[in-house]
Amino acid sequence: MSQDGVNKARRRFLIGSTSVVGAVGVGFVAVPFIQSWQPSARAQAVGAPVEANINTIKPGQLVKFQWRGQTIGVMRRTQAMLDRLAELDSRLKDPDSENSGQQPDYAKNAHRSQDPEILVLNMHCTHLGCVPQVLPQPGAYSWERDWPGGFYCPCHKSKFDLAGRVFKSVPAPSNLLVPPHSFLLNDTLLIGVDPEGAA
Amino acid sequence: MVKTAGSFSRRLTSLFNWVDDRLPVSDFFKAHMSEYYAPKNFNFWYYFGALALLVLVNQIVTGIFLTMHYKPSALEAFASIEYIMRDVQWGWLIRYMHSTGASAFFIVIYLHMFRGIMYGSHRKPRELIWIFGMLIYLTLMAEAFVGYVLPWGQMSYWGAQVIISLFGAIPGIGEPLTEWIRGDFFISDITLNRFFALHVIALPLALLGLVVLHLSALHQVGSGNPDGIEIKEQKDADGVPLDGIPFHPYYTVKDIFGVCVFLTLCAFVIFFAPDVGGLFLEHDNFIPANPLATPEHIKPVWYFTPFYAILKAIPDKLLGVVFMGLAIVMLFLLPWLDRSRVNSIRYKGPRSKILLAIFVIAFIRLGMLGLSGGSEIETLEARLWTFVYFAYFGLLWLFSKGERTKPLPDRVT
Repeated sequence: MSQDGVNKARRRFLIGSTSVVGAVGVGFVAVPFIQSWQPSARAQAVGAPVEANINTIKPGQLVKFQWRGQTIGVMRRTQAMLDRLAELDSRLKDPDSENSGQQPDYAKNAHRSQDPEILVLNMHCTHLGCVPQVLPQPGAYSWERDWPGGFYCPCHKSKFDLAGRVFKSVPAPSNLLVPPHSFLLNDTLLIGVDPEGAA
Repeated sequence: MVKTAGSFSRRLTSLFNWVDDRLPVSDFFKAHMSEYYAPKNFNFWYYFGALALLVLVNQIVTGIFLTMHYKPSALEAFASIEYIMRDVQWGWLIRYMHSTGASAFFIVIYLHMFRGIMYGSHRKPRELIWIFGMLIYLTLMAEAFVGYVLPWGQMSYWGAQVIISLFGAIPGIGEPLTEWIRGDFFISDITLNRFFALHVIALPLALLGLVVLHLSALHQVGSGNPDGIEIKEQKDADGVPLDGIPFHPYYTVKDIFGVCVFLTLCAFVIFFAPDVGGLFLEHDNFIPANPLATPEHIKPVWYFTPFYAILKAIPDKLLGVVFMGLAIVMLFLLPWLDRSRVNSIRYKGPRSKILLAIFVIAFIRLGMLGLSGGSEIETLEARLWTFVYFAYFGLLWLFSKGERTKPLPDRVT
């Protein structure tokens, strides 16, 4: 291409500005395509909050519910269970729930729940997503002589106490997740929605 | 800062050179873009090849994303389209881009074909380009037809019923053939499933292959132009045609302008009138397929209607199908039917111009008649234009040879 008598600065500007406008256009067009991979309205509807009746859960019992395909455990803990929690702090990675991603602020306390009795946990192990066994009775097991009661993951031997707090020297990096939840009238638990006024 | 920028661009250059030594990137770019010399007198009619390529890309990209949500089963297909329209984020936009693209594809292709006929772009030595182009057109019709079946609406179902039954007109093998195409005794889930495979894999692959052949053949002989003369006959000392300009940047810039205008028009349709009053998406196709009730007024989408009108006009099942097929076969023969001394309409005599004009009118009128209900008077008119359509090819062959033409210029004008 002949370069004689060419205003190179203007040419550079025109090529540059055309490219920028084109790139912005491509960026805008890409948005619908990328967002079409997001959960659709139907998937979101299926993922709507789940109501759980906690009336029938007996002390010491854990009942499993499903929310967004995840196993959510709801447990009514006894006073003895709650008392044991404090004794375990030295054996845990994050006893004070400092990792703010693992529970809403209203569950950042010694018992990791709103109501001290009622524990609401996403049961999937924070290591690779298996659902741990529920072993609330303290005692001796083949893999732990002094088991204080808690959750034991069969996949890679991660251990959690009855507040979902992870023990030291296991593969799971963090405490079990506490999902957003709130209490409605008549002992109904709503999984998936924060209580009013909470962030 | 300046120093690091300099070393960065040096590294980029050396990376490019590393690749270029092993893959003919710059050779390919030169051969087909920066040193592909196209005639400098391209006009409006030369936008449509590039636009067809753009629409093809649009169809492939939007098609891939639709496939992610669509269910090719008779039970779920219709609902999955509604799911795309209502529940999938931006699904309505992606689907309308695809459906509008289908019609836009045919608009662009018809104008592209008309350009070829008008300026003699299909004549020696470019016959093979035309043949590949016609094969693209045929594949595109098949692609559009099977694509229209996928939403499993009333028009999908009954359109498929009619089109597949056309094969039944073939003597002897007709009925077994239709059964083989359907894979069932009626249009069913099985038919839908195989049409889905054809629509998303087989035919697009064939299309892409044909586009490569079409462009390879084009770049072998070089582009035609509105004057219909060969720019390769007048070259400078370097062997570059005197009337040729590099495709890049000259025609890339020109095509970008055309793309902007074209996309603006498409965006208008997509956002304000995606069904174009039942022309791009027929009303009956918003009703789920019902094998027990044929819609009152059944017609194909607009781009098939000229041929459909021919089918309707001929009062014989087999002959109707034969003439519909012939209507397309004749187009294949055009490079040899036009025997004029000149290529371009610019230098042909008045007879050629009138003939071409009448042919265009016949094609458009047939298209309109194919869309309408088919009263008695319309059937008569369709017969007239069917006759005119076929007469064109005969008269072209007869008149083009001895026609008095205007003198050709040495250089493009």
